[in-house]
Parts: sequence; structure tokens; C-alpha cells
Amino acid sequence: MKNPYLPYPVRIDEIITETEDRNLKTFKFVFLNPEDEKNFSYTPGQFAELSIAGKGEIPIGIASSPTEKGFVKFTVNKVGLVSGHLHNMSAGDRMGIRGPLGNWYPWKEMEGKNVVIVGGGFAFTTLRSSIIYMLHPDNRPRFKDITVVYGARNPGMLLYKDELSAWEKRDDINMHITVDGATDPDWKYNTGFVPAITEKKITSADNAIAIVCGPPIMIKFTQPVLQKLGFPPERIILSLEMRMKCGIGICGRCNIGDKYVCKDGPVFSLAQLKELPPEY
Amino acid sequence: MIKKLFTGSDWVDALKKTGDLYKIFVPVREGDFHNFRPLEQGTKPNFDFYNTRLSPKSIVYPQSERMFESLNDPEAPDKGILKEAAKDYAPRAIVGIRPCDAQAFQIVKRNFDNPEYRDPWWVRRFESTILVGLGCNDPCPTCFCSSVGGGPFHEEYLDVMLYDLGDKFLAKSITEKGEEFLSKVIGGSPADDTALKKAEALGPAAIEKITSTLSSDKLKDKTVTGLFNAPFWDEVAFSCINCGTCTFLCPTCWCFDIQDEVYGKQADRIRNWDTCMSPLFTLEGSGHNPRENKFQRVRQRFMHKLKYYPDKYNNGVQCSGCGRCVRYCPVNIDIRQVAKLMNEY
Amino acid sequence: MHEYTEKIRDAAKRLLKEGKVDTFIGFKKGSVPMMNEPALITDPDKADLLHWDSNCGLNLCNYLTKRTDRIGIIANGCTSRNIVTHIIENQIKREQLYIVGIPCTGMIDPRAIKRAVKFKEILDVEEKDGRIIVKGNGLEESFEKRAFLQKNCAICLHRNPVIYDEMVGEKAPEQQEIESFKDVKKIEVMGSDDKWGFFTRMISSCIRCYACRNACPLCYCTTCFVDEAQPQWVGKSIDPTDTMTFHILRAFHCAGRCTDCEACERACPMGINVRQFTKKLNKDALELFSWEAGMSEDQRPPMDVYKTDDYNDFIK
Repeated sequence: MKNPYLPYPVRIDEIITETEDRNLKTFKFVFLNPEDEKNFSYTPGQFAELSIAGKGEIPIGIASSPTEKGFVKFTVNKVGLVSGHLHNMSAGDRMGIRGPLGNWYPWKEMEGKNVVIVGGGFAFTTLRSSIIYMLHPDNRPRFKDITVVYGARNPGMLLYKDELSAWEKRDDINMHITVDGATDPDWKYNTGFVPAITEKKITSADNAIAIVCGPPIMIKFTQPVLQKLGFPPERIILSLEMRMKCGIGICGRCNIGDKYVCKDGPVFSLAQLKELPPEY
Repeated sequence: MIKKLFTGSDWVDALKKTGDLYKIFVPVREGDFHNFRPLEQGTKPNFDFYNTRLSPKSIVYPQSERMFESLNDPEAPDKGILKEAAKDYAPRAIVGIRPCDAQAFQIVKRNFDNPEYRDPWWVRRFESTILVGLGCNDPCPTCFCSSVGGGPFHEEYLDVMLYDLGDKFLAKSITEKGEEFLSKVIGGSPADDTALKKAEALGPAAIEKITSTLSSDKLKDKTVTGLFNAPFWDEVAFSCINCGTCTFLCPTCWCFDIQDEVYGKQADRIRNWDTCMSPLFTLEGSGHNPRENKFQRVRQRFMHKLKYYPDKYNNGVQCSGCGRCVRYCPVNIDIRQVAKLMNEY
Repeated sequence: MHEYTEKIRDAAKRLLKEGKVDTFIGFKKGSVPMMNEPALITDPDKADLLHWDSNCGLNLCNYLTKRTDRIGIIANGCTSRNIVTHIIENQIKREQLYIVGIPCTGMIDPRAIKRAVKFKEILDVEEKDGRIIVKGNGLEESFEKRAFLQKNCAICLHRNPVIYDEMVGEKAPEQQEIESFKDVKKIEVMGSDDKWGFFTRMISSCIRCYACRNACPLCYCTTCFVDEAQPQWVGKSIDPTDTMTFHILRAFHCAGRCTDCEACERACPMGINVRQFTKKLNKDALELFSWEAGMSEDQRPPMDVYKTDDYNDFIK
């Protein structure tokens, strides 16, 4: 019987510090056993449990896209025991990954539609996975216009800065990068909160699906903007966070109503969330 | 189908003799109450009880269990790689389990054994367990198994049924697994008609004695958000002290926590029973806690048992009517009263 | 004692109607024999839910911690001493409370009663004229209440509340010639190994439900030491060493503060004598510092006060 609690052993290949305050690092993992990589076939939106023996496990969204072969990437915020230990590890160290877990963004429903992505802070990780996936030549034709609004507190807190500039230069994706406040006079992008920039830059909900991923306060103020534009609750997609342990819908910790965030989520449409008790 | 009669002591002797084939668990008196313990040389089984204090769920699902082991030694070549801890799946039998506790295993099985994921330890241990039930001649005033799909002599979830005829036990096999088990319990005599008639009469007599009910018939038609926002949760939750008594004693509760512990050069991943009553249960790393108030946690427990679980699995409430939470809650929060409030809302 | 029920209901009605308090905390009759459920009343018309008898063994002071409203509360001797401790430790302000004092003649021990009827199912328990009448199917027995008191009530020296705004009855006569620490002395004379064996056996059935900790008014830390993760002081499994660590450390955190109310033992689903840990520390506090917890709002507990003219030698 396959043991769903046993992680695949991986090696840390590379660690990049993403933000100025050094609290966010992107880890590139390589599977020790090649068959494990095949078994770990994932879809953007999913997450995995990063496991460090002797410390514990943490559920983190997958930041790499399945179109990137040979490795998986996760961006981890230093918050507690496990993430703190992970931040102190070096390339070459070994640990484990369990997954892929959870559901994914509704790619089937998104085909043939305009895709609006609204991200804030370090919740942008699975959105990176989604953007790289969509921009891949095999996938790009499946989607219409792609518009991205991504904001952070200040320029130093933006993730994936090199990739952001590369995407900005492309003509098959509209990037609107914003910061809450910038002291740098050479800042060439927007200044303002994500909900405000969303209101300015997103002009239509026609044939569009919106994916919103960010801190609760950002979601709270972006939702009404999207609804005013005409996005119905079925076409506003959110990715939730909850405290998790097993990640496979057995330990009972992450339930919202009769759904498990780790198994029936973390991706939910606003329409689905309206049927559930507001306990998240 | 095997039907045999044993005297009390013959039954215990016969069970002892199956020692090589099955690990037998029997109820044993410990101070003021009973618990299931392995039947060994010096064990004195005691079937004169209403129900054990702790449910037998710990035989299939121990309170603390080592999941994986790994070496914490920097020199070791496989340092940090988790390996499965050794487990014992030898056949075992819980003798004297009450039908409510047996029903509880089926309720919990839907969680641990589902199409997407199977918990290897729970599933394999449960598959190697035979449930030899003891029908309740005298249901307690706090028993309400018959309102939740069970009964004092309900056979559906058992492999063998034991009838306590006073001077003798009548053992009747129900499933194939139970028949195989009974065939290995050597001794006793074939059951005669008088004994059989006496046994058959026990069930209906017992059902008459049940006075407690749990009303849940109207819950399916209510909306989750309606019940969730009901005004009575503050009052229900006031006295709760957020301990784990109800969840740990309950045979249908299954939540657990996963912890890593290091001792010298060994690092273990352990799982422990956990309780949704604890304020830490949903505390996130960022500090945000969706259930930081007591009434939210108390509401979660009752909504999960009486609404979320039935909605999810369409197969009754997550309660087998054993009454332990009613008897042992330190502040006397009564699920029967809460269910009534929810059902009538 | 149950004759106080009417007086308590009247007091609650009056205080809520007059707007002297926002809420009233008391007990309401339980749904199983020998149990009562702590209740909070805000509507004077609901005051008739309140009930008092010899099964009110839980400590209502547990529900006061960090409340911000004006509260009416019933309190017997031990509960009132915990209220004083709460005031001294800044968990509640005296001005917020209206204490209805209850002269208590002791609570009965449900486990002792169950043992006495040989665990036959009890359907109803009634109190009358100092006797406890127990009824069940084919069961009717009557016991003298004095012989079935909770262990702490049998040796209680402070039956009357030490702090109150009104009393529901005449002060109860305090018990005389009580040997307070007989059980502690029995353990004190044991050898080291025997002591360790005694306590190990005592907590062997602990399931780490924390009912004892949560029922105790003294345990109000936002994050208990057993729940800390960084650093993790105590493991969360039922490993016997971790369990012993929890009980012994908790006893020390209650040292000199425990009023021996026995709420911990009443709450424990496994019937463990949780009080045995703190009783020794209560004896030490009495002998070393002449200290009994919660007797007066003006005295600070020995563990948190330092004076240059301290009469103990070891500090010099």
C-alpha cells in the first residue's frame, strides 16, 4: 500500500534570496530518485509539504511550472520552526517533499478566456507557476489576453524581479507591477495598493476569469472591485491558506464546513466559498 | 454460521488458547473503570461492565504512534531520510466490544480509507482486527445508539456477537472473518434451542430500555450557513473549558497532529491524537487563527459531528451514541441538548 | 445547601434588573446525575435556570479571567479565595465583581458514591437533611453526606467566602481538628524510588486531555508551556516522561497559589488524583512562608514579593 505520508527525498540545488529583508527565499529542489520526479507530476495551483526530518513539515505552494523540467521550486517565508531551519540550510543539503497535493487552478474553464491575475506579497508563488505555464509556447494559444496585477509593499519586497522585467517586455502578457510606496525616484512602475491598481487597469470582465492570491486584507478589498466590474462569483478564483498537517484530508485540521482545504482546495471559487462557513 | 455456548471461565480459557493465532484484547477492571488490555497469562478479564472508559479505538489507532524514523547523525549517509517505523499487523481480536464502538470504526473508516488516499497504518491494522461484540442487556440512561443507526444488539458492524445469558455466553459468528475466528476458539458446546431463544429475546428487550435520543432528522435540510450563524452557540459554549476529554474519549473522533521529536541521534515523526477544542488547532504561522474564540471551536465540533460529516458522506451523523462525552465532559455539555437546539432551529 | 438556590436566583434577578451587573455566572442543573453546568445569565427572566447543590464542585473563578464586563458571581470558600488570587494577579478587577457569597458545607464526591453503589447505573441523586438519596433501576440507597464529601471538602478550613458583597445565608461553622496534610505526610516519608513509583503509577492513565489544567482558575496563560513550540519544552505524545514533566511543572506553576478546590480532580476523565502534586507545595508554602493562597487582597504571595527585612534566612 502506498504510504501517502512518506516524502520523496530531494537535494537542495540552489537558494536565492528574493527580498531585501531576507525573509523570503526560493529553493530549487532536485529529486534524488528520477522516478519520483515522474510521480510528482503537478498542475499550477497545487502545493506540496516540505519535510525536514527532526523539524516537521510545512505546506508551500509550488512556484515552478510543470513546463520547467528537472527541478521544482518553492518560495518560503521565514515564519516559524521549520521555515526558520530551512532558511539556514545550504545547497547540497537533503530533505523531503510530499505531493503534489490539493487541487489546481481551473485550467479547463480558463481555456479560451481572458485571464486576469491579481497577486499580492509573497502569495504570488503559485501565480508564477501559472504565468510560466501559460506563456509556454505549447499552452499560450489556449488562452486569450493575460493581464497581471502584482503588488508588494516596496520594490525590495517584490519576488522574481528578473522574471517580472522579462515578462514586462513581452507583448503576449500585460504586466502591471505596483508597490504600496517607493522611495526610489527611478521607480518606473505603478504606485498604489493592489485593489486600486486593479480598478484602474482591469477594464472588462467579458469572457474573463480572475485569479486572486494574496493576504486576506488584499482579497477583502479586491473582491468588490472585481464584482463591480462584472465578474460573477463563479469566475473569481481564490487560493486559501489554512494550518495543515497531513495535507491529504485525513488529519481533520484544515476543514471549512465539509471541505478540506488541503484536498478539496486550496483553490476555491468565490461561489463555492459563499456556501461554506466563513472560517478561514 | 457457528453458534456455541461457553461458561464465563471456559470462554476465557478458550480465548487464551488462541494465543498463537490471535492477539486478544479483553475488558479489564482498573480501579474505578474498565479498559481493553491484551489478554496475557496473568490478565483477569472482566465482562461485568457497561462500557470501557476509553474507547477501543486506540487498538487500531494508538494515541501516540511513531510514523517514521531517521538518523540525526551528520556522519550517516542516509541522514535526514525518513524510513517507515516497524509495525505489527498480526491478527488481533477485540473481545467484548460494544456495538456502538464497533459502529464507530465504520464511521471513522470513511476518513482513513477513501478513494484518493488510504492511511496505511489504520487500514492494515483495522483489516487485521476481528470485532467480537458483546450485546448490551442493560443500556445506560446516557446511551442513544438506536437514534444514530445502531442498537444494543446491532450486528451490522461486528464479526461475532456474544450474548450474555447470565450463567453462559452464547457466541454467534456473523461474518466470514468471525466464523474463522470462532472455529479457532476451541471449547464450549453447540448452542441448544433454549439458549438461542433466550439470546434472541435480549435484543428487543434492550431496545425497550433505551431512554435517550439524539434528534438529527431535520439537520439534512438545514443550510450550513444558517446553523453556523445561529444565536445559541454562545450559550452552548460558555461552560466549555476547551480540554480534550470529549474528543479523546469519543470513538468517532479522529483528528491528529504530526510532530517531529529528536532524541540524541534519532529523529522520529510521531502522530498524536489532537483536539479541535484546543486554541492551537487552527493557529497559523502568521498568527492568524480562524477559530480563536471558544464558541467557534465548540461550534466546529458539533457542526462537524452533526452537519458537515453527514453532508459529506450521506451516511448518518458522526456519532455512535456511546454516551461517553455526556458522562465525562467536566462541565456537562450534552450533545443530545445541542443536537436538539440544532434540529429545531 | 440546596436551599440557597432560591436566594441565588433572587440575587441574580435583582442585580440584573437593577443594572448592577451585565452578566451573572452560576450553575445550572446538569443533564446527568451529580453534575452541574456552569452558566452565564444576561436576562433576568432566565435566572430561574440557576441551581445550587452539593455537586457544584467546579471552580467558577475559571470563567472570570480577563473579562471586561461587570459580573455577578456566586462564590463559596475556595472559589472566593481564587477570586482574590485573580485580583492580586491582575486577571480581574475588584470593581467589576459583585460576589454573592455562599457558606458551603462541602461538595459530594461522585466517584465515591458510584463506588458505594457498586457502579450500578444511577438515575437520580437527591439531597435531603444531610443525606444523599441515590436512585436507579432496582437501586435506592441513602448515604450520610458527611461520609461522602470530596477529599478537599473533608479537610476544608475555609468554608465561608473570604470576600463577598452579600451572603445567601448565615456563616457555616468552620471544621475543627482537621489533619490537613495526612496524605502528603504519607508520601513524604517514602524513599526516593517509592515516591517515584507512586507518582508514576498515579499518572499512568493520563491521556493529556488537559482537563485538569483547563478547569483550574490558576492556569490562565495565553500559551501554556506544554503548547510552546519555539522552544518546545515538553513533547506532546503520551510518553510517560513528558506526562510527568507536565504534571510536576504545572504543580510548581501553581505553587503557593492553589486553594485546593479539587476542580482538577473533578474534571479529570481518568479519575487521577491530580491534587496530590499541589498539596505538597501548599504544605511547603504554609510551613516555609506561613502562607495560604487567596485569604486577603492586601497580601502579595510569597513567590512574587521581596522585602529587605525578609525573615527567612536562606535569602541572606
